[in-house]
Amino acid sequence: MESFLQLLLNGTALGSIYALIALGYTMVYGILRLINFAHGDIVMVGAYAGLFTALTIGAPEHPTLGNFCIVLVAAMAASAILGLAIERFAYRPLRNVPRLNLLITAVGVSLLLENLGQVCFGATPRVFPEIMPSVTLLQFGQIAVTNQQVTVFITSLFLMIVLEWIVLKTKLGRAMRAVSFSHEIASLVGIPTEKIVAFTFAVGSALAAAAGILICISYPRVDPLMGVMMGLKAFVAAVLGGIGSIRGAVVGGLLMGIAEAMVVGYGSSTYRDALAFAILILILLFKPAGLFGKYQPEKV
Amino acid sequence: MRSNLKWVLILLGISLAAQGLTTVLPPYIAQLFILAAINAVLAVSLNLVNGLSGQFSLGQAGFMAVGAYTAASVNVFLLSSLRGTPAGDQAALVISLIVAALASGFVGYLVGLPTLRLRGDYLAIVTLGFGEIIRVVILNIQAVGGARGFTNIPNSTSAFLVVFILALCVLLTHRFVMASQGRALLAIRENEIAAEAMGVNTTSYKVVAFVVSSAVAGVAGGLFAHYLSYINPSSFDFMKSVEIVIMVVLGGMGSVSGAILAAFILTFLPEALRPLQDLTHVDLRMVIYSLLLILMMLMRPQGIFGRRELWQIFPVSKTAKSIK
Repeated sequence: MESFLQLLLNGTALGSIYALIALGYTMVYGILRLINFAHGDIVMVGAYAGLFTALTIGAPEHPTLGNFCIVLVAAMAASAILGLAIERFAYRPLRNVPRLNLLITAVGVSLLLENLGQVCFGATPRVFPEIMPSVTLLQFGQIAVTNQQVTVFITSLFLMIVLEWIVLKTKLGRAMRAVSFSHEIASLVGIPTEKIVAFTFAVGSALAAAAGILICISYPRVDPLMGVMMGLKAFVAAVLGGIGSIRGAVVGGLLMGIAEAMVVGYGSSTYRDALAFAILILILLFKPAGLFGKYQPEKV
Repeated sequence: MRSNLKWVLILLGISLAAQGLTTVLPPYIAQLFILAAINAVLAVSLNLVNGLSGQFSLGQAGFMAVGAYTAASVNVFLLSSLRGTPAGDQAALVISLIVAALASGFVGYLVGLPTLRLRGDYLAIVTLGFGEIIRVVILNIQAVGGARGFTNIPNSTSAFLVVFILALCVLLTHRFVMASQGRALLAIRENEIAAEAMGVNTTSYKVVAFVVSSAVAGVAGGLFAHYLSYINPSSFDFMKSVEIVIMVVLGGMGSVSGAILAAFILTFLPEALRPLQDLTHVDLRMVIYSLLLILMMLMRPQGIFGRRELWQIFPVSKTAKSIK
């Protein structure tokens, strides 16, 4: 029982990271109907941006909460700029072409980021410095709650609430929902659709960078290919929740993280990566629209 | 019947010419030639899915791995009594290739059926995941060597067989496009909803194309295993799948001759770029590939040949020109 609770705790922390990445997938899919393959690699770029910021401000020598916030904000800003650049130069010129071409471009961008990462940062993994001291906050028998888990949980919850507020309560969010409903009609009522799409990419990329930093707090290691598996699992989480649905991405991410922790805890860690695809195939077989998605028949 | 005989003779002629060519060429170039022809088989197989039916598969290396390991296991573990004479070696190879085609076709069916019912985007993710899973599974099977790789596979692939299979694939794809099956696939590519409205069972046609494509990739894998006589799970990683996709995209999605041309270019290009790599000391190959993919989509999304074939650009006869 105690090991079950511990696994549940670990799984929730991991799942909230997946949820942050899945939000980016789901928002971009909602607005462009594009699976942004490069999203996982933006996580990687965010982690590297955090690493370099931490080294520049000397965070490893003085691990404090303030330093953690600086690293987080810097990584989010860097990734947001990268997301804007990708959207501007790779995706925007392809707005009115068959979707297959857009998908191939996304795969190309993803490969470019991975391989440029290997050329620029070196292919060997680097250790992410400890930017906050590790403390066990609570101890119930065998179950330990560390401050890192609490940070991961609070940060992702905060970002999700901010996102929910932007999407549901602000004028910008209303414009985003309008554009995802129909580009043409949104532009007819005076919404600058291109700017809204760019804003969506910036927000999604910033969330991905936050996820990258949170991963590095729990598993302190960065390498140019770290985003591939994270991205794929988060995508599965988005599909599990119903792609295009923001609540669905959060629930899907949490379920995915808990399922993975259970497989590692009770089964074998060899199959932790296979689990994601087993889940994906099962959803596609039985509930292709996901848990929260509406089934939309394709129309002419 | 008459025309079938003609085609058989043409296929044999091309294959014999290739066999002759590889004995004349320097050994290194001849080796690259055979590897390029195997890549061309893979590109033609993927073209069936990515080019003709307008879907997007990213896991062709996975099916190649299934074929390579099945063919090698069948030949090494089951058919050792058959081998010994040159004719016996070839018979064993052909039998293992047939088993490999059946095995990877079956795996293709398992992967394709749930995903192809849905929109194209999912296929990309599922095939990508499948390619990774199959690699992890093979890594954990000790009977076929696990991470150490599978050694001592009989070295019986010849240029004749590779080019014969390549030419056969080209011929079959060409015939397939001309038949009602192929027409249905083209209709799905152009507009899936319209095709469905016209009574085309879109899922079944897509699954058929996907299964055939996987089976052919499996044969290519078997040829690859029996050519190098050593295979390793890392030969079939995601980068291999991407390489095959780039061949199809570069050649022009839907163009068989374009895919073959691109396969040859992409097999010889890294060798030509070797001086650059010596100069910079980093492997820029994948950076160049990915840039190529993006720039291709931005500037010339239809590829080198578009959907046309070599014989439509340079028509040899009037009938050839009218084929579209």
